[in-house]
Amino acid sequence: MAAVSKTAMTRAGRACAAAVALMAAALQADATRVVSIIPATTEMLFAMDAGNRVVGVGSYDRFPSEVEKLPRVGALLDPDVERIIALKPDLVVLYETQAELRKSLDRAGIPYYAYTHRGLADITATMRSLGERVGVAAQAKALADRVERQLADVRRRVAGRQRPRTLLVFGRDPGSLRNIDASGGDGFLHDMLEAAGAADVLANVHQQSVQMSTEMVLARAPDVILELRYARDDGSADVSAWNALPSVPAVRNRRVYVLRGEEFVVPGPRVAAATERLARTLHPDAFK
Amino acid sequence: MAPIRRRLIVTLAGFGALLIVALVTGPLIGSTHISLARVFDRSIPFADNSDAQIFFIARLPRVLAAALVGAALAASGVVFQALLRNPLASPDTLGVASGATLGAMLVITFHLSFDVFGIGATPLAAFAGSAGALAIVYAIAAARRRGTSSMVLLLAGVALTNVLGAVERFIQIIADYTETLRNVRWMMGSLDVGGYAEILASMVPLSIAFVIILALPRVLDLISVGAEAAESRGVDVRRAERLALLGASLSTGAAVSLGGPLPFVGIIVPHIVRLLVGADHRLVLPASALIGAAFLIVCDLIARTAFGAVEMPVGAVTAILGGPFFLWLLFRRLR
Repeated sequence: MAAVSKTAMTRAGRACAAAVALMAAALQADATRVVSIIPATTEMLFAMDAGNRVVGVGSYDRFPSEVEKLPRVGALLDPDVERIIALKPDLVVLYETQAELRKSLDRAGIPYYAYTHRGLADITATMRSLGERVGVAAQAKALADRVERQLADVRRRVAGRQRPRTLLVFGRDPGSLRNIDASGGDGFLHDMLEAAGAADVLANVHQQSVQMSTEMVLARAPDVILELRYARDDGSADVSAWNALPSVPAVRNRRVYVLRGEEFVVPGPRVAAATERLARTLHPDAFK
Repeated sequence: MAPIRRRLIVTLAGFGALLIVALVTGPLIGSTHISLARVFDRSIPFADNSDAQIFFIARLPRVLAAALVGAALAASGVVFQALLRNPLASPDTLGVASGATLGAMLVITFHLSFDVFGIGATPLAAFAGSAGALAIVYAIAAARRRGTSSMVLLLAGVALTNVLGAVERFIQIIADYTETLRNVRWMMGSLDVGGYAEILASMVPLSIAFVIILALPRVLDLISVGAEAAESRGVDVRRAERLALLGASLSTGAAVSLGGPLPFVGIIVPHIVRLLVGADHRLVLPASALIGAAFLIVCDLIARTAFGAVEMPVGAVTAILGGPFFLWLLFRRLR
């Protein structure tokens, strides 16, 4: 008796939840005027054929080139609430941590989609859920599937190969080894590195970014050092500063590489291509 | 004269021993285990000897940089506190450290890339920035006809610091997010110099500064009491003040260029030393330099080992460690 009623209640609960979800979906009509202040989600929207719905972008958005014509509304630290509201958006894509902006949008009655940087799998999950929210679910699913297929292809090509112990550096003082920022064992950069067939030397440091000391570089002794350059005019490809640490295998065997391109640090649709570039650098033979 | 000489010898010997202990043990401790036998094993080529590289490239320069920066900041803190007759004065009160920060931020944000004798653009620009700030403050100090008002200097410094701070915030806003991250990293301070070139370069301004500062104690004793009193004892106060300003600013600029704007060392170490040895600048000045050096070596040691492989910013350690210790000394003094 008790068991039956429990099942019945669960069923009723599920039905209720489904009804609520339906109602919420009905209330959340498709978005036609989207402000996206995050480069990754802006790229996603354009890649899922929703670019014509984007009416405003963030200060750092540079891709695709269509964004150059769109009004800019600030970014993570300095969102311009007035300009956002003036664009009359029916959806704002913002960072989850932007509590102030969320409060302002709540007061203005403007819905938002809260985004956060996480792992590689979260990128395609974000594509699907953002597409659903905007009303281009089918295109979003196709995009996410394609990115996942490309990533699986990269993984397959490097499978079974010797994984070089790799350090992924995404910042340091120019001309010196001071203030090195490297990818830690969490986050999409780490996932990309592993997918590209590397063994991350910082895999056991559970942070997205790690400030590396000289001692840490020497102690972890990576076989390969990959340096990402992606700032506006980060012209120099000079890696000679690493020669100060000759005992590091990557330095001794001249396996310090500079990879240029913003796609490495924008966890959007270009992530598969970026991962493939990492893999081609680490395992050139796998792509012959 | 005799008692002060004996106290000076005892103080210098005691604090000097402390510094030597810190200098010797500092490079022996780190986040990685290294074998000392391997470090000094000449049969292994240096290029292949990772233990030797950890010791000689990663640790020893850090310890030396900490000693130099700590000594420079503490000594200039003593000079600024006496010169401005203000216990809250610190190496940054007159804007010299803010000038250095502005220089570094300009290089980072606008990707200016140059080097001189292996010294990178960032420390060079930081030093140039501190020199620029010093020139402004010095011009204000020199423009005064009568050397009396430390208040004028203090106000000029506060105004300059604020102006420089405003320019820095403006740069942060126009900087890319990656550049902002690099700027923040620089402002947190770091002693991981990864070699000797920057240390050797900083020795040039630091030696000049130390020579000037070491000639100051007697004058500082008189100035810190009051300019009139000093003048009545035959001191050329304006000349002494300018020398003090020059020496302390030069040493601050060199220290900040080498290690970043590390807070707390320059303001608290002099007070700790005064609580320990009294107010006589003949004792306070050298003792502060020695304690400042040892203190920063210990702080950096904690910063690089406390959380295993992941580093703490050394600037956070200086405040966390120095603050409570200072409060405890104050508390004991009050009871």
